[in-house]
Amino acid sequence: MALQTVSGVAECPECFGEIELTGVMQHEIVQCPDCGADLEVIALEPLTLALAPEEEEDWGE
Amino acid sequence: MTKAGILYSRVRAEEKLLFEAFEKRGVDFDLIDDRNVIFEITSGRAYEEMYAAYDVVVERCINHSRALYSLRILNDRGIPTVNTAHVADVCGNKLQTTSALTAAGVPSPRTLIAYTSESALEAIEELGYPVVLKPAVGSWGRLLSKLNDREAAEAVLEHKEVLGTYHHSIFYIQEYINKPMRDIRAFVVGDETICAIYRDSDHWITNTARGGKSSNCPVTPELNDLCVRAARAVGGGVVAIDVLEDPDRGLLVNEVNYTMEFRNSILPTGVDIPDRMVDFALKVASDGWAKANGWDNGTPEYKSVSLTG
Repeated sequence: MALQTVSGVAECPECFGEIELTGVMQHEIVQCPDCGADLEVIALEPLTLALAPEEEEDWGE
Repeated sequence: MTKAGILYSRVRAEEKLLFEAFEKRGVDFDLIDDRNVIFEITSGRAYEEMYAAYDVVVERCINHSRALYSLRILNDRGIPTVNTAHVADVCGNKLQTTSALTAAGVPSPRTLIAYTSESALEAIEELGYPVVLKPAVGSWGRLLSKLNDREAAEAVLEHKEVLGTYHHSIFYIQEYINKPMRDIRAFVVGDETICAIYRDSDHWITNTARGGKSSNCPVTPELNDLCVRAARAVGGGVVAIDVLEDPDRGLLVNEVNYTMEFRNSILPTGVDIPDRMVDFALKVASDGWAKANGWDNGTPEYKSVSLTG
């Protein structure tokens, strides 16, 4: 498969700040530079962010 | 042509680098989001053959439980995976890791297990303060406790027993290693330690997820030998080994990670870790697990730890 990435501006769902994103892909985790929230790219067209899932007890390496 | 699947939970820096490495190599691969997966584990239904088309599936789940169960299901259906369910089972649980390392003669910090707060306190006093209390399942330095005296031990044990799930009543108690303000993370692929970093920190927990700074650590023959033996002890594959430098005993293996993070290790080591992971996955697909690990005599027999030895 070919990886699809996009660049653009999206809104942080936590602080409503504008975030400039470069070459992100579907489900990529990014951090809001203003409020520090972990966000997930949930759509590429239009570029849309949601709060990333909360850390669970068995998360890790 | 090899068909690969990459099972993942979220696309972090590591997953993106790995996807790009697969793409760069021209491998035909699918991304499998574990949030959408449905496995048929009985016969005769639609999902049964869904994953049979893959020559290899690379696991990058963030939940240990999802990783372990997915790998078990895939391996039971004969689908090669990186890593295997066996490796995930052993490495995803510190108790099992330490037990497997000890069975293989790989040195680790002294560790005691207890099932009640009373016996845990007895074990702690047997080791002597300070000791480190760890949850058997968990990562990133989460819920580690360094207990400096009996009062702290009593408080933490009570909290774990009352507030924790049943997992927290399996007390994994380890001697505190008076290491330099750093530890070593070594990356093993098959039968080679491909690179290693020092993780420096002012805090006794040195995980880079907790602010530890990484720098290149030369892979000496001693470090390579220890780490390859540790990897073999837990079932082989692509693993990250945490090594402590004990002032008296030398290198001790602390933990082994089977869905390793490597974003902070590529730059200081200059090693293209995701590319090496792709190499290994392709070798597993073409030659099988034992050959990919460089085991000429097949997969080793894994013995349980001797309680008398």
